[in-house]
Amino acid sequence: MTTIRIDHVSRWFGNVVAVNDVTMDIGPGVTGLLGPNGAGKSTLINMMGGFLAPSTGSVTLDGAAIWRNEQVYREIGVVPEREAMYDFLTGREFVLANAELHGLPDAGEAARRALATVEMEYAQDRKVSTYSKGMRQRVKMASALVHDPSVLLLDEPFNGMDPRQRMQLMELLRRMGAEGRTVLFSSHILEEVEQLASHIEVVVAGRHAASGDFRRIRRLMTDRPHRYLVRSSDDRALAAALIADPSTAGIELDWSERALRVQAIDFARFTEQLPRIAREHGIRLLTVSPSDESLESVFSYLVTA
Amino acid sequence: MYDPTVARLTYRALLGRRRALILFVLPVVLIVISVAVRLLVGADDAVANQVLGGFALATMVPLIGVIAGTGAIGPEIDDGSIVYLLAKPLKRPTIILTKLTVAVGVTMVFSAVPMLIAGFVLNGNSQQIAVAYAVAAVAASVAYSALFLLLGTVSRQAVVFGLVYALIWEALIGSLVPGARTLSVQQWALALAEKTAPGAGITSDVGLPVAAVLLAVVTVAGAWYAGRKLRTLTLAGEE
Repeated sequence: MTTIRIDHVSRWFGNVVAVNDVTMDIGPGVTGLLGPNGAGKSTLINMMGGFLAPSTGSVTLDGAAIWRNEQVYREIGVVPEREAMYDFLTGREFVLANAELHGLPDAGEAARRALATVEMEYAQDRKVSTYSKGMRQRVKMASALVHDPSVLLLDEPFNGMDPRQRMQLMELLRRMGAEGRTVLFSSHILEEVEQLASHIEVVVAGRHAASGDFRRIRRLMTDRPHRYLVRSSDDRALAAALIADPSTAGIELDWSERALRVQAIDFARFTEQLPRIAREHGIRLLTVSPSDESLESVFSYLVTA
Repeated sequence: MYDPTVARLTYRALLGRRRALILFVLPVVLIVISVAVRLLVGADDAVANQVLGGFALATMVPLIGVIAGTGAIGPEIDDGSIVYLLAKPLKRPTIILTKLTVAVGVTMVFSAVPMLIAGFVLNGNSQQIAVAYAVAAVAASVAYSALFLLLGTVSRQAVVFGLVYALIWEALIGSLVPGARTLSVQQWALALAEKTAPGAGITSDVGLPVAAVLLAVVTVAGAWYAGRKLRTLTLAGEE
């Protein structure tokens, strides 16, 4: 059982607060660290990886401080977001060098095993500089796994991967989690987290917004009031019909956009009722678009929920 | 305090970059100049002093020191690949001392060795001039490597600062302001050369004891502080 504990951690850069009084425990299994770009995910991962000191608070691995403690890397494997690697090496040389740096007794065998785990043996003798983004990600993964760590930290691991590579990596991470490792990955894409992590931690603007089971948080996200921009052949008639339905909480006629701004409080019912009501009243729907579907607005809602 | 894998990665990174071309070009230029001078002027101690002291030790050695010293660590910090060294149970001073060893080795091979060859070409090591300048280059290689490795650890503009020091401080200000020569690796190294070949026309503005102490202080302090900086190096991510 390996647990990373973040205890009342804040981190600021000059006047900018990147992480604001965050407390969370990351235990065995797969945990998704979810948040919009700039929310403080990388800052948190960098602190968990020992590459950044917290301004206040503590980050520990089973009770031992991570910052300025190189011994923690016997337990931690890191897959950084940055692309830069030793591009002049082949994939095999790169993973082997990582195994040697860990001081493993049989570095060659450990490197071979790690490359097999990520299914990169076929390209192991090609220079890293010739790899695609997905291949680089897998070799980075092999280098993080080479010493069989109990904790795996991955910063935006799916960025730039094609769907097939994404599925392969997800499968691998699922396996690692099922084996009892503590796997933490960051992402700003809801669907990625949904597919992989049973437990999620949500950060927004440096604050810990939500924590727990993905389904509970997903429900919070779905049940929140949704705003839509609707254009139709008869906006006034449609507004009158919609406001009579309990799925709608408010409607505004936006003259500049020549559209209706509708606030729905029952997402499922509204999406079902809108086309039905329009058909019943002989109104043609020209535009129906969510006006607050950006991830930022979803996260903002979570913070206040 | 030495890790062969860190050394291998550093050597390959250093010698694999385009910038490393200068490492090969400068010694070739020195030897070509030496051959030309020998053919045109013949063996002349004063000319040998000018070529080895005025060009090789004053310009070539610090330039190679800048490339090897900053190149041993700077690019890895800039692009973030240093994370693969830092995320290992390796003592930070071990990383720094290994990189320093590599930088010193590269600087010596590309400066002291060609200077010895050039010295023999210029005047057949008459009055020990070739050996004296090679000894000076060895000492300067160690100090420059430590100094520029530290610069590479603390600044993203390490090459610029290194060039400013090597070309403006050592070459320009040193020649105009006598006091500045006391704080010049070149002058400290010349003190060693002067001692190695007394009466050969090599002069330094710094006495040997002071030079030896300053060379040691710069090397040890540079390596120590670089190790300290690496221990607290923060990788801020891309947010």
